[in-house]
Amino acid sequence: MANLNTEFLGIPSPNPFWLASAPPTDKAYNVNRAFEAGWGGAVWKTLGEDPHIVNVSGPRYSALHSNDRRVIGFNNIELITDRPLQTNLDEMRQVKRDWPDRALVASVMFPMNEQTWAKYLPMIEDTGADAFELNFGCPHGMSERGMGAAVGQVPEYIQMATEWAKKAATVPVIVKLTPNVTNILPPAKGALDGGADAVSLINTVNSIMRVNYDTLTMYPTTDGMGTHGGYCGEAVKPIALNMVAEIARTKETQALPISGIGGISDWRDAVDFLALGASNVQVCTAAMVYGFKIIDDLVDGLSNFLDDKQLTLDDLVGKAVPSVTDWQYLNLNYVEKAVIDQDLCIKCGRCHIVCEDTSHQAITNTVNGERRFEVIDEECVGCNLCVSVCPVDGCISMQQLTDGTDPRTGEPIRTEKRNWTMHPNNPMRKTD
Amino acid sequence: MPDNKPDIRSHRLGKGEIADNFGDLHPPLSRSEALIEADRCYFCYDAPCTIACPTGIDIPGFIQKIRSDNIRGSAHTILRENIMGGMCARVCPTEVLCEEACVRNSHEEKPVRIGLLQRYATDPIFTEGSALFARAATTGKRIAVVGGGPAGLSCAHRLAMLGHDVVVYHRDRKPGGLNEYGIAAYKVIDDFAQKEVDYILSIGGIELRGGAVMGVDFSLQQLRDAYDAVFIGIGLGSVNALGLPGEEMTGVESAIDYIATLRQSGDLGELPVGRRVVVIGGGMTAIDIAVQSKRLGAENVDLVYRRGPEQMGASRYEQELAQTNGVNIRRWAKPGGLLGDSHVTGVEFERTELDDEGRLRATGDRFTLAADTVFKAIGQAMDADVFGEGAEHLQLKNGRILVDSAQKTSLDDVWAGGDCVLGGDDLTVTAVQHGKLAAVDIDKRLRTN
Repeated sequence: MANLNTEFLGIPSPNPFWLASAPPTDKAYNVNRAFEAGWGGAVWKTLGEDPHIVNVSGPRYSALHSNDRRVIGFNNIELITDRPLQTNLDEMRQVKRDWPDRALVASVMFPMNEQTWAKYLPMIEDTGADAFELNFGCPHGMSERGMGAAVGQVPEYIQMATEWAKKAATVPVIVKLTPNVTNILPPAKGALDGGADAVSLINTVNSIMRVNYDTLTMYPTTDGMGTHGGYCGEAVKPIALNMVAEIARTKETQALPISGIGGISDWRDAVDFLALGASNVQVCTAAMVYGFKIIDDLVDGLSNFLDDKQLTLDDLVGKAVPSVTDWQYLNLNYVEKAVIDQDLCIKCGRCHIVCEDTSHQAITNTVNGERRFEVIDEECVGCNLCVSVCPVDGCISMQQLTDGTDPRTGEPIRTEKRNWTMHPNNPMRKTD
Repeated sequence: MPDNKPDIRSHRLGKGEIADNFGDLHPPLSRSEALIEADRCYFCYDAPCTIACPTGIDIPGFIQKIRSDNIRGSAHTILRENIMGGMCARVCPTEVLCEEACVRNSHEEKPVRIGLLQRYATDPIFTEGSALFARAATTGKRIAVVGGGPAGLSCAHRLAMLGHDVVVYHRDRKPGGLNEYGIAAYKVIDDFAQKEVDYILSIGGIELRGGAVMGVDFSLQQLRDAYDAVFIGIGLGSVNALGLPGEEMTGVESAIDYIATLRQSGDLGELPVGRRVVVIGGGMTAIDIAVQSKRLGAENVDLVYRRGPEQMGASRYEQELAQTNGVNIRRWAKPGGLLGDSHVTGVEFERTELDDEGRLRATGDRFTLAADTVFKAIGQAMDADVFGEGAEHLQLKNGRILVDSAQKTSLDDVWAGGDCVLGGDDLTVTAVQHGKLAAVDIDKRLRTN
């Protein structure tokens, strides 16, 4: 078994899987069950000022389903904790005492004035919490009151509130970012400039799930009216990975440790986040869909993977970051062609029809009068569409042309690299 | 030898058992089952299942509509190609048609259950009676359809859709042909055949004339004189004989006739059934009579066929269905003699084999099976006499009507389809396609002339 012990910001936990600040970490009962199941840490459901907020007593959640009702995406309009602050603090203190080896992080959200932060943070830190996570991410409800994503969308506010938090706290401060921005780098830079010890991302994405086809109102509603929620689950993972990788590969922000969040459901999702620069990960939706038991696969799946690859967890973190670049630096001399394994092909014809209708007419449907799907190298641009739609894993693969000429362009295959910055068609090319 | 008293009686099984035995063979899919099954469809290009369907239903298309809960659209996709898509969902040997062609067979050997999905999509249409088809502007043309089975009704419906007026002449009291009088009862429960006929007629422009027999009540020539075109879909009228002495004994019965009686019976328990039943034949009718005899309470049912499993007209699935119902299938044996005086007591069989040139020959090895009832299910023939005078130019081949690819006969104003034409194959789905093709061709001819 690979060693999964992690020290994120010096906070030890037996594995890199924390429960994100969300309904699963709302109270001691849930967090105790999570720790019994094996979770490495928990970010307690966001604390706020007293009097505590109130939630709707109707639907807070809805889901995007596959046909067999597997949850692909998930939406919520729940606000921060709706229990008195003292109740939460008492429970946090007890939980940390009972589980000293697990990470316990306090998520907080306060209005934009320094006195409030200065008043509450020491009280909360006194519970024994290992760190703070500043919730600048929730896109619904709290943002209407000038908190959550309303802060996270303005880098200067992030910096300001982070400075207040750093002044009031002695434990590390993590800034949780909203993805509801056009560019994640300025918010990350704001956190860094405010003195944040780390960032965590992503929070949820603004979303309306669908309409009700009978009433033709949005779905779900509370007494006939609805509001946008925050979208999460498997569907948001690619959005999160891009933002994580952007922070990890950009010189100005790469010093920030990252706690990766967004659609992690199995250990492979965790590998994605870790390899793209996160040092640990946080999970919510998968637990809300299947319960805490999913930690078993997360832990031993990651451990088996590291053993197979003969890597340590530290080796994995950031491993894929150097492979992420700008489009302009991609090698335009590199050529791949799709190859269909005829022994695996089940002859569904999907590759043919999508290539024919929407791409480059590069796959046959008939060869010598027989139903047969073959790549026409003279037309194939190597776009990977056929690989993406083929229902048989491994049936179509992309193979590099290493010598000779590209039958499509008639151009010789060149071993030297040439990207857009050097390309003759680029009027802005860098001349030698 | 067994004693000579035939043991044939009613009520071998209780009401509950009969009800269980004649309930739905394949219960319909629930919505969640259908959605999960629909999700298994790969939405193939130029889909092999559609190519394998004699009526060319866009199968991936209708399955995709199930996925999106567009059930009426799904039913329309099915019924526009096959107006008996509801019946075919129940009786098609999908294991040798669409489901055999499903690409899922190639890596998991488990095709999408197309038949059951088709039933899921079409059932609500017959329950709700939703009108999916409208008639085109009337043409004033009148067409006679002879035969109220799948071929005739399919032809009539398409003609009505195209704006023509149709009169359907059918022999039996009820329309529907073999859907009503043939086919195993557990495949078509709850009077589905009549519900389907009602739906077909609901388009309008189709008049039914029941109890009207060609060759008795009217001749082909009379129809040709009175109508703009004629479609013949009379099926196969007569049952092939064994050609053995004693065939007239009581207890030697036509499987077709017995199934017709069974299908029309209000109380299946009342039907007399032999204790020991011998079925001779290897097609669908043989399987249907054997399984239904067993399900009515026959103690022992032997089905004897002169060749091997590959040559049987019944699919491998149907053969297995018979076996799981407790029917003993005995292959490679042909009947050599019927035993008994006034009532049959048994059948003597002779074993068969293929000679070096692949021809069937008797081995001389004989065995006897005791029987209270012997069912003949060795096929049917068309009765060519029914066409009467004026039909000399109607070309036949191998005892069936010869048609072109548009189902037109050698007569300029006569089309034909279903089992009575050369190339008919005992399948509802094929008959429906024949009727549809004929209607399209009739329409084309009538509009150009």
